[in-house]
Amino acid sequence: MSTTTPTTQQNPTYSEAFQSGVREEMKLNPNIFILGTDLVERGGHFAQVKGIAQEFGVDRVKDSPISEAAMVAAGLGSAMYGCHPIIDLNFIDFSLGAMDEIINQAAKIRFMFNRPVPLVIRATSGVALGGAHHCNSLESLFAHTAGLSVAVPSRAYDVKGLIKTALRSPDPVIFLMHKKLSGVRGEIGDENTFIPFGSAHRVKSGKDAAIISYGYTIVSAQKAAQTLAEQGIDVEIIDLRTLYPLDTDTINATVQKFGRVVVADEAPMFGSITAEIAATASEVNFRHLKGPIVRVGAARAPLSANPQMSEAAIPSANDLVEAVKKVMSY
Amino acid sequence: MTTDSKWGKETLRQMLLIRNFEETADKLTLRGKVPGGMHNSSGQEAVAVGVMSALDPKDVIATTHRSHHHTIAKGMPVNIVMAELFTKATGCSGGRGASMHLADVENGHFGGNGIVGAGVGIAMGAALGIKQMGHKKVAVGFVGDGGVNTGRTWEAVNMAVIYKLPLIIIVDNNQYAVETFVERVTGGNDIAKRGAGFGLPSFTIDGQDVEEVHKHTSEARNRALAGEGPTFINALTYRYYGHNVGEKGQYRTQEEIADWRSHRDPIDRFSAKLISEGALTQADYEAMIKSVAKEIEEAVDFAEKSPLPDVSTILDGVDSGLLGARK
Ligand SMILES: Cc1ncc(C[n+]2csc(CCOP(=O)(O)OP(=O)(O)O)c2C)c(N)n1
Ligand SMILES: [Mg+2]
Repeated sequence: MSTTTPTTQQNPTYSEAFQSGVREEMKLNPNIFILGTDLVERGGHFAQVKGIAQEFGVDRVKDSPISEAAMVAAGLGSAMYGCHPIIDLNFIDFSLGAMDEIINQAAKIRFMFNRPVPLVIRATSGVALGGAHHCNSLESLFAHTAGLSVAVPSRAYDVKGLIKTALRSPDPVIFLMHKKLSGVRGEIGDENTFIPFGSAHRVKSGKDAAIISYGYTIVSAQKAAQTLAEQGIDVEIIDLRTLYPLDTDTINATVQKFGRVVVADEAPMFGSITAEIAATASEVNFRHLKGPIVRVGAARAPLSANPQMSEAAIPSANDLVEAVKKVMSY
Repeated sequence: MTTDSKWGKETLRQMLLIRNFEETADKLTLRGKVPGGMHNSSGQEAVAVGVMSALDPKDVIATTHRSHHHTIAKGMPVNIVMAELFTKATGCSGGRGASMHLADVENGHFGGNGIVGAGVGIAMGAALGIKQMGHKKVAVGFVGDGGVNTGRTWEAVNMAVIYKLPLIIIVDNNQYAVETFVERVTGGNDIAKRGAGFGLPSFTIDGQDVEEVHKHTSEARNRALAGEGPTFINALTYRYYGHNVGEKGQYRTQEEIADWRSHRDPIDRFSAKLISEGALTQADYEAMIKSVAKEIEEAVDFAEKSPLPDVSTILDGVDSGLLGARK
């Protein structure tokens, strides 16, 4: 685990951190290319590849038709052939038009044919404005699928370090960047900083209880920790950074240390990754627990376009405060 | 051909209503009134009004993320559309959908969509339903020039052909998908030819000429009702504003936009024709512009004053509950 890094105005944004990691790896590996819609001039919908086409040319940053199945198939076939493509699906919601290519094909090639599939599928994820077709949290689905790895960075440093690792990995990676974090600035590592998958980050250490989470919910957890501190509760925050592989060592150590744990994200709770974590951690650490692991997640309902309804469906900082108080009551 | 005066005036008014709606809603979006933003259809009115004026109110449509014009032309009152943009409880989707998810399934509007290319498939399914149930109706699926590069669109076209479904596919071809010019991503560069490859009547038409759109849609509808199957119509049009409200970009020139606005504007063209034929007086036209403005003002007022949806309802309607689902 690494430690927290300070942020300043001069630091790059979360999106720029992606550019930085990709640029460095593209310089070293001529077989990396990026394919997606509106990448060349616009630089992607979240400026995540801005300027890269101008630097590396349009053979290595390719504008695509709106053809998600063909986009992922192009990535898959070229990866099997020896390239290391980044397929930019814009919003993860649009992966649903390419699910066969991802789940039946890309995820299973190595197991069946013993061949690497060095493919990165990048998409923006998470709940923000946009309603039912632009706010699906599909990370559990990908983590559930054998053969796929899933990155869910919450800060610029992790975006860069994880994308660099993904671009050296022989396996398909689903790389999910949260919409609401696109413009958030933070320090980034240098060209030799690689963050291993399956290594959580301790955002804040604490004495009383822990919140295990990822993505934008880390921001809510930090707010919750402040509120709790005012009430004399010192909460630790663990950012998983990748959902598969999952840092079970850190999860187990955290459960053993506190016996009071909240697992949170903004995906619908039913059948979600938080359920996986709570179930596995309870099985392994039952005698260390002071009470049940408490899960916080979204309602099992499509997201509404109305902002108040959408906010009400996902966990707030206050929901996390309440959950921590609950585990403190055991 | 001279235009029937009554039809002409109604058609012109519809186009004016859409234009005023879009320009008003655009400004309101910039003021933060429309959560999630919106896709402005200004410039594309003749496609929507030309198609819808050839349909029966009971016919079905399914459309795209850019669908205010289709929705208003289909007959949804502008106050209900505006309220949905504001995500108010009085909107057509109770504020759950906003700009991209306008719908009135009961009245044959099977929805806008957040997913590019989804509309044609849904309309194709509706056409199958119409045929299965022996009804005398047609379904219309809208798709953009960008959307015609989704595989699902062509799977649906093929199915409509083999089952001879009463379907009309309209490409609302404004020549750009976000910032991507159609020719950069369209192999063969002829969308109607692609349609023809599936073995159905397929046309490229002037989408800025409301009468031409109307005529082609009427003919397609007649063929569909006669059991002759689907028609594919690629309507060339142009959007005056950015992809999303507030977007400009360097991907097209100001001269190009000005050229479309000044030489091919569907409203200017049609009003000039009606006036020159004596079907409309200048005074009538001005009165029409005023009455449209008033209607939109009232719609904004309605949307502003409408209540927000009740947040305690977020779990309502996920399913019917008849299978025993619990909250
Ligand atoms: C499956 C899918 N892929 C990508 C997007 C993102 N997106 C929304 S609109 C759009 C452009 C669509 O262009 P076109 O079909 O020409 O319609 P227009 O916006 O011009 O009306 C894109 C890429 C999406 N909503 N759905
Ligand atoms: Mg278009």
